[in-house]
Amino acid sequence: MGIFSKFFGALKKTKDAISKKISQIFVGELDDDFFEELEFVLISSDIGADASAEIVENVRKLAKKEKIKTEEGFKEILRQAMVDLLPEDNDEMELPTLITVVGVNGVGKTTAIGKLAYRLKKEKKSVLMVAGDTFRAAASEQLTEWSKRAGTRIVKYNEGVDPGAVVYDGIKSAIAKKEDVVLVDTAGRLHNKVGLMEELKKISKIVSKEWNGNTENYLVIDATTGQNALTQVEMFNEILPLSGIILTKLDGSSKGGVVFAIAQKFGIPIKYVGVGEGVDDIEPFNARDFVENII
Amino acid sequence: MALFGSLGEKLNHVFSKITKRGTLTELEIKNAMREIKLVLLEADVNYLVVKDFVNKVSEKAMGERVMKSLTPGQQIVKIVNEELCELMGSTNAKLAVASKPPTVIMMCGLQGAGKTTMCGKLAKLLKKQGKKPMLVACDIYRPAAISQLKTVGKSVDVEVYDEGTNKPHKTAVNAIKYADKKGYDTVIIDTAGRLQINEELMDELLDIKKAVNPTEILLTVDSMIGQESVNVATTFNEKLDISGVILTKLDGDTRGGAALSIKAVTGKPIKFCGVGEKMDDIEPFHPDRMASRILDMGDVLSLIEKAQQNITEEEAKKLEKKFRENDFTLDDYLVQFENLKKMGSISDILSMIPGANKLKLNANAVDENQLAKNKSIILSMTKKERQNPDILKGSHKRRIASGSGTSIQDVNILLKQFNQSKEMMKQFKNKKGGFRMPF
Repeated sequence: MGIFSKFFGALKKTKDAISKKISQIFVGELDDDFFEELEFVLISSDIGADASAEIVENVRKLAKKEKIKTEEGFKEILRQAMVDLLPEDNDEMELPTLITVVGVNGVGKTTAIGKLAYRLKKEKKSVLMVAGDTFRAAASEQLTEWSKRAGTRIVKYNEGVDPGAVVYDGIKSAIAKKEDVVLVDTAGRLHNKVGLMEELKKISKIVSKEWNGNTENYLVIDATTGQNALTQVEMFNEILPLSGIILTKLDGSSKGGVVFAIAQKFGIPIKYVGVGEGVDDIEPFNARDFVENII
Repeated sequence: MALFGSLGEKLNHVFSKITKRGTLTELEIKNAMREIKLVLLEADVNYLVVKDFVNKVSEKAMGERVMKSLTPGQQIVKIVNEELCELMGSTNAKLAVASKPPTVIMMCGLQGAGKTTMCGKLAKLLKKQGKKPMLVACDIYRPAAISQLKTVGKSVDVEVYDEGTNKPHKTAVNAIKYADKKGYDTVIIDTAGRLQINEELMDELLDIKKAVNPTEILLTVDSMIGQESVNVATTFNEKLDISGVILTKLDGDTRGGAALSIKAVTGKPIKFCGVGEKMDDIEPFHPDRMASRILDMGDVLSLIEKAQQNITEEEAKKLEKKFRENDFTLDDYLVQFENLKKMGSISDILSMIPGANKLKLNANAVDENQLAKNKSIILSMTKKERQNPDILKGSHKRRIASGSGTSIQDVNILLKQFNQSKEMMKQFKNKKGGFRMPF
């Protein structure tokens, strides 16, 4: 099991849930009723109506082609169809890189950054954290706490300071000290708030102007989120072209299925999953493992 | 029947082949129920709740006769809406008050649901109602949680009691003694956010409950939660026997199906909702309006209420007269902007309009900065220019643009919009019957 052991534990509930439901509806006959029930099973895992319909359509074809009879055989083609939906992503991180981390309030952005820093540090990369969330009470304190745990430097200012200024200074500091990875925390915002989204635009402008290395924009999504995650991706993507998703709180949820809906609609790869509350509870995403542990 | 937006259309499509038999056939109802299922599931209502609900609606629809005035689709939507409202409960519940003060309110919920912020909002609301609230920090795990509550407390001017990383239930007991001594009549306890499967932390919550016997135990739930809502609500309710629910982040564009799921499985009322980032952004929960939102039919009631609250009848009448006499000037236009602003954020208003969700008519389309810009343009004009913008020449426009910090283009756009509004009003006027405010 190796590094995925935690992952397995976290996803066990999901697996039980979906697997059991499929067993319940699998009575041998793969007819229209069965596929309709299957669609609802998938939807009930937050996979979303469109993505579920696509998975069902593909499974239906595969089942016919391969003359599937057994439950295990059926589950295997279902796994295949689900893996096929998730975009491949095996790219090595290009250094130096600056990652702007965005997301709505309360998804666990700051925690994800902390864990990611800890992980990168263990991979012998030098990391700088930038406390760009100057809005939420005590956000930069929380990040400072993480920088101590991970043993990284941090650039921060007081609450209420223009986040653009923090990012600017962060970049200058990272360049001077030749850091490998810069992690920029941003204020959590509901994606339909124009003013706050404007602020993000400004941050992204500063990054593109001052930073010469590789740039990534990650959106953090709470695994318990439902179909609203799609609107989140859409609206953040409009402002910052998203290059990856970090799925958090996977252990608190039996689902996380919304990543399929995101993959189907946007094709944005999932980069990392947060699986627990400890410092090293973050893992790179692997589609095959993810699906195998759901079904 | 614009009220019954997208779901109505979909159902009408299902029934498009209906004959004049007068009753719906089983197959038609089955297809209709599939559409309803999908709409509810897309709104993140839990699968099991949906199944149950659809069965109920299906039974009712079976016996229903198709009336001439309504299309079958709309009739089904009506049933769906009625059933939804019933399931959501009729009124919004108030907070219970302890017979012997202090009243103790214990907040619980998953990580990131917005508990700490909600503690501050509740405290502020109680203060407005003449209560003397105090906050207690019992989240000893998350880095900086205590200082976050302190910052929140400071911003609403409410004392925050904490004992560092002492056992939460001990802190809670001491806090209540302290509140009693200091004459606080309401104590709000912030607890550690937790992932629900964490038994240890759930036990800690139970310890707090046993130690202080709270008047209210409120579960805070993020309104963007998906199918998991049922498990979350059930787990907390079984363990703690909660007294109510607070939905947060309803100012987003989520349809909030979780509200229905939670009510259905726990039977506990949703008491408040969080609708913004400021400490004032807390509202009583209206079950009927939530039903419309879940069905993506818009929250017309709230919209009307907001308009009524913020635009006086006198103002409306004056405006109406001006429209009639075609005497609408840029000054009046300015008043309209102000009124719009009083009604709250544009995104809030848009979210209440039926179908807006579907149209993706989000706040990106209507920029609040634009309003401010328009305002400063008008304010940079002379009185005479505002009365009669036709006299504006290039040099005037240049002056106005530099005076308002905008460009000539912006000025032109505003004038064009103004003229369009005027045209629109003429059309209103020409229509038979009285004129009504656009909102």
